[in-house]
Amino acid sequence: IGHPEIFPLVFTTQTQEIFNCRVDEDVTEGNCFKLIKKEDIIEDLKARAAVSDFHPVKKIVLEYPGEELLVVFDAQQQYGQNFYLVATEEAKENLLKPPEIAEEKEQEKEQEKEKDDDENKEGTLEEPVYKPLVRKPWVSLGSEKEVEEESVKDTVSKIKYLISRARRKFGAPVTFADKNASSVKDSYIECTSYQDKTFSIKLLEKDVGAQVVPKVRENSTQTKWTYPKNAATQYFPRAFSDEEKQKSLSSKKLEGFITSVLLRMEIALQQNEIMNVFFDDWRALAEDEGSYGSKSDIYLKEYQSFTDLHYLKDRTISCVCWHPNIYGIIAESATERLSYDERVDLSGKLLLQKSVIVFWSFSDPLHPQLMLECPEDIYCFQFSPSDPNIIAGGCFNGQVVLWDISQYEEKLRNAKSSAGGVKKAAVNLVNASLLNLQLYNCMSRTRGKIAQQCGTEPPLMRYCAVSSIEYSHRAIITDIHWLPDFFEVNRMGATFENRAEICVQLVTCSPDCSILFWDIRGTKLPVQTLSEKAKEEKIIDVLPDFPDTFKHLDLTWKPLIKISLCKSDTSVDYSPVRISLREEYYHYKTSDKVQSLNKLVELTKESPYAEISVPSGKVLKVLDNISTNFFVGTEDGEIIYSDWKMERDSKKPSQKHAVHDGVVHTVQRSPFFKDIVLSVGSWNFAIWKEGLATGPILQSSCSAVRYTVGQWSSTRPGVFFIGREDGTIDIWDLLEKTHEPSQFQSISISMITCIRPWIASAKQHFLAVSDDSGVLHVLEISWTLSHPSSNEHASVLHYFEREVEYQQYYEQRQEFRTKERIE
Amino acid sequence: AEVEETLKRIQAHKGVVGTIVVNAEGIPIRTTLDNSTTVQYAGLLHQLTMKARSTVRDIDPQNDLTFLRIRSKKHEIMVAPDKEYLLIVIQNPCE
Repeated sequence: IGHPEIFPLVFTTQTQEIFNCRVDEDVTEGNCFKLIKKEDIIEDLKARAAVSDFHPVKKIVLEYPGEELLVVFDAQQQYGQNFYLVATEEAKENLLKPPEIAEEKEQEKEQEKEKDDDENKEGTLEEPVYKPLVRKPWVSLGSEKEVEEESVKDTVSKIKYLISRARRKFGAPVTFADKNASSVKDSYIECTSYQDKTFSIKLLEKDVGAQVVPKVRENSTQTKWTYPKNAATQYFPRAFSDEEKQKSLSSKKLEGFITSVLLRMEIALQQNEIMNVFFDDWRALAEDEGSYGSKSDIYLKEYQSFTDLHYLKDRTISCVCWHPNIYGIIAESATERLSYDERVDLSGKLLLQKSVIVFWSFSDPLHPQLMLECPEDIYCFQFSPSDPNIIAGGCFNGQVVLWDISQYEEKLRNAKSSAGGVKKAAVNLVNASLLNLQLYNCMSRTRGKIAQQCGTEPPLMRYCAVSSIEYSHRAIITDIHWLPDFFEVNRMGATFENRAEICVQLVTCSPDCSILFWDIRGTKLPVQTLSEKAKEEKIIDVLPDFPDTFKHLDLTWKPLIKISLCKSDTSVDYSPVRISLREEYYHYKTSDKVQSLNKLVELTKESPYAEISVPSGKVLKVLDNISTNFFVGTEDGEIIYSDWKMERDSKKPSQKHAVHDGVVHTVQRSPFFKDIVLSVGSWNFAIWKEGLATGPILQSSCSAVRYTVGQWSSTRPGVFFIGREDGTIDIWDLLEKTHEPSQFQSISISMITCIRPWIASAKQHFLAVSDDSGVLHVLEISWTLSHPSSNEHASVLHYFEREVEYQQYYEQRQEFRTKERIE
Repeated sequence: AEVEETLKRIQAHKGVVGTIVVNAEGIPIRTTLDNSTTVQYAGLLHQLTMKARSTVRDIDPQNDLTFLRIRSKKHEIMVAPDKEYLLIVIQNPCE
């Protein structure tokens, strides 16, 4: 035991009771110290002698200097027994006191530690400062000896020899002589071979190094390069000559073959004639049901309506046109809502507000996108089918006007709803005397400038060219059409192929009894005089604020052909209001794909009109299959069918029918059947078939309300829309009912002035309806109304054919009756 | 002459678009269609008929092809083969 002052003792329970050190009662593990008086112990020793627990330590107790002895309860029996006696005073003191000291020390230590920690923390809180390295002297660590041992030094100084010889002995000729070697002593030294031990030692150890290296092998191959080569074979089928054919035809073998084969073939043919075995009745049945359709499905849903209080106040819309390529752009022409007498009264005054054509976009119903300035009220206008940036319009005073909106094409394409996105056109002064009319143009331009500088007005675009006043119509132009791009007409009315492949000609009609054909290319190249050239050079820096595409036409434009419709018996001529040509360009049937293609093409190509030139003197190919006939609806309600080719005799029109009571508002060909024409008069409408001279194949009864405009549906062959004076639209479906409209819908309060359908996409079909109060309604056509059933085309065609047959039968019966009456 | 009459009779059936008589090598002898169409029909149908015939005979050597009818969306092509000639008729069955 390493503690000489510790004596382990066993205390019995009796002893524990005597000394009040019972385990777990007086003395516990925590409170293990017990001071017992020496006298008590001595008494116990005396009392119990050998039995006493203190017996083994009797001597120590008797020798113990102090009065009290420390007995410690040893719970863990560290010293072997459950109690131990501490023999010396020092140890006792140490045992009793060390915790305090230890505690004190620990406390001190803790305090120191805390201080250190604080210091350290403070130290760590500080940023470690970069101390640049300081050069310290080299401290030798004993490596010099090793270096010296390894280094190689000369042990002996090098010996130098200097040998010299007289110069003249160099290069002297040498003479050799022979001498016997054995005769002279020491003239030769023998070097006998002997066995050197070093070479007989066997090499047992050898220093060898090994290295792993990848196996590398070079190899090459040559491949045969097959490259594609263009090759062509030409072949033609074997054929018999006519003689051979005849020979084989008359051969007996062929006869035999035909007779044997005939029966089989006839059976098969007859089978097919009886019925079509592969016809799917079930599927056909389903589609038949769809064609009757429920009434609730046919409607026109209001999509948007456009009106402008500033420009369209007190105005009516005379014509509406959709932009052929850009989705959602629609143009309308606004005219004054005045009767003839009012106009006469006001003709002296300078109208403050100019007539405009307003462009609307779906994205912005409040602000027009673009406005085109017109010299007078425009009653009809059309986009050119080849280049929708060219617009032709017919004026109130009989002039034809052309606009070029290529500048604003980008803007129209990107039309957004932001009101501030208005392009400011280049504001420049133009030499007025050279180019155009005077006062009111300047006025309008200054007003326009001011308006544009405000930034809220839509850009106002001036027209490019007007026709010359003497040669234009003498009355209002009521209808204008572009001739399609595959033919053109010359002065005599004959049709030629159109090399330019763009629409270059227009036809206009007016109640002054004439129909004019116009060519936008102009008659001949303008000859520039020197003065004009000089003036032009001055204006090089100044940009005109309208494009000069048609500068050659401005004010000098003359019509190509003039056709006057005259009645045969009286001197009064017909006054055409609407005209319909057989060959027309239809926008209606472009599919989405074609539209997108067109878009791409147009973005890359410049306007085709920029490059048009005067037709060359070369003879153009004559096209014979173009029909030169046309239908005309007149002011008096007649429908005239005539030919525009100028032949010597036929000045009078071939057919005329007085069918309508009032003025004919619409003459329009069906987009599906080129020879079916719809004409709408004031109180009724009629459907005509071209070529049938007896009369219309369908004529409606007089309606209670006046009809104002009619339009075929562009997707369903048997459907057309008729607008009325009370603002409702009648939807007629020829397959459903022919005596009354299948549906009518009230659109607005005032009279309907124009209806135009449009196919924006496969799912969106729009109908633009304009009314007398200047509001343009855009309606969406419901699915049933816009999508034809599968056999609708055939059914409608069948219907028309039936009607034609009926007419012919009727004619025959009439002839029969007259014959009977004669007899 | 009889041959002519018979062929005219066939042509006069309702819906018949054209009639072609082809020899064993596929060269047309008589036709009511234009040359390019005839040549095309003759060449293609001759090969098809040969193939059909060989198919039938492969399955059963005692058997032989008597008639071939091809029904397409637009019309029906009927081929009557023989040892030496081929009669092709194109008919439009639907109304």
